[in-house]
Amino acid sequence: MLPGGGVERLVLRRDPPGHHVHSSRRDEFALLAAAHAAGLRVPRVRWCEEDPAVLGTPFFVMDFVPGETLARRLLRDAEYAPARAALPGQLAAALAGIHALDVRAPGLAFLPRPPAGETPAAAELARHEQLYRAVTLDPHPALELALRWLAAAPPAPRAEALVHGDFRIGNVIFGPEGLRAVLDWELAHVGDPMEDLGWLCVRSWRFGADAQPVGGLCQREEFFAAYARAGGAPVDPAAARWWEVFGNWKWAIICVMQARSFVDGARSVELASLGRRVAEMELELLSLTET
Amino acid sequence: MQDRPSVSELLDAVRAFLEEDVVPALEGPRQFHARVAANVLAIVGRELAGEEASLLAEWQRLAVVLGEDASAPPARLEALRGAVRERTAALAERIRRGDADAGPFRDAARAHVRATVEDKLRVANPRFVRS
Repeated sequence: MLPGGGVERLVLRRDPPGHHVHSSRRDEFALLAAAHAAGLRVPRVRWCEEDPAVLGTPFFVMDFVPGETLARRLLRDAEYAPARAALPGQLAAALAGIHALDVRAPGLAFLPRPPAGETPAAAELARHEQLYRAVTLDPHPALELALRWLAAAPPAPRAEALVHGDFRIGNVIFGPEGLRAVLDWELAHVGDPMEDLGWLCVRSWRFGADAQPVGGLCQREEFFAAYARAGGAPVDPAAARWWEVFGNWKWAIICVMQARSFVDGARSVELASLGRRVAEMELELLSLTET
Repeated sequence: MQDRPSVSELLDAVRAFLEEDVVPALEGPRQFHARVAANVLAIVGRELAGEEASLLAEWQRLAVVLGEDASAPPARLEALRGAVRERTAALAERIRRGDADAGPFRDAARAHVRATVEDKLRVANPRFVRS
């Protein structure tokens, strides 16, 4: 309720009490504030409370953004045909804007960065291989084949940028007219901007619309051209390809991790079922690395 | 010997109940989880129907790829599962060492791995492997 009697709809974001997460609400607040200040389509953040005494855990408050997030609606419903036409350009512009944010700004010093002397590609590969080896309950020859392919030719280092880390259909709010807000910033880090382009092309994020490799929306070349037009660095298709293979491999590893947490006692039918999705990424990896 | 309905008939009854009665009565995350649960039962039904034949074929392919004896697969299902797991771990280790980077072993390993992944998908998500 505002002075004068108006009502404003806001969203409060916090972790459930006792929930253990590595991301911090203060960091996410800072990131969203920086993105909003740069004119990107993100919810405007209003205030951040780090004192857990107030609500039990730290939280922040942001503007409510109305709209839809369900990918299948976007890709199939007639109502969203204009959004399907507008989104390739809008998503490309959003990514170019994210990648142009200054990662040396003091407010973003918290962002994870690749260790000194390591390229982002090599660092991400090593980090995820370690995660995989630590949790897998089964041998996965298909994931080992993909790992050999990835390790053989990681892309050369390029100018480091802010990587959103989970930029895809399903993590944006859209309306019938197109993009309204980019959400889910908790995996943001400093790295190779091509990582975001590759992740957006991962087969699972096409939600069945496989004829259009970029989020079920358009062709890779079309998206890369729109990204460059919006101010992004020229896309090296081989580097984007590497990150697409890496994205499918990483998503497979995340599913292996989810299955492991189910086996270790997390009671969730969704976590259980994710273990059986690994084969989808395995097939895609075999196809992508055939030549 | 148990009476009818069989295991697959029982699974089917529960899956149909979830899909036809429970899913439409729920909304939001609980509806999504009910849908996932129904899908998990469908996976279990497909796995029960085809597991033994699929494991036998996998065991035989692995023996050929790894150059091991392919003549006498374990007779009991549990032992067959164990043997397939052991040989799959051996294959994964050889790939990790670089043996499948090039040459005839690469082609043989990839052909076997693709056949195995397609078998997994025929259980986990048949539509995915057909598309």
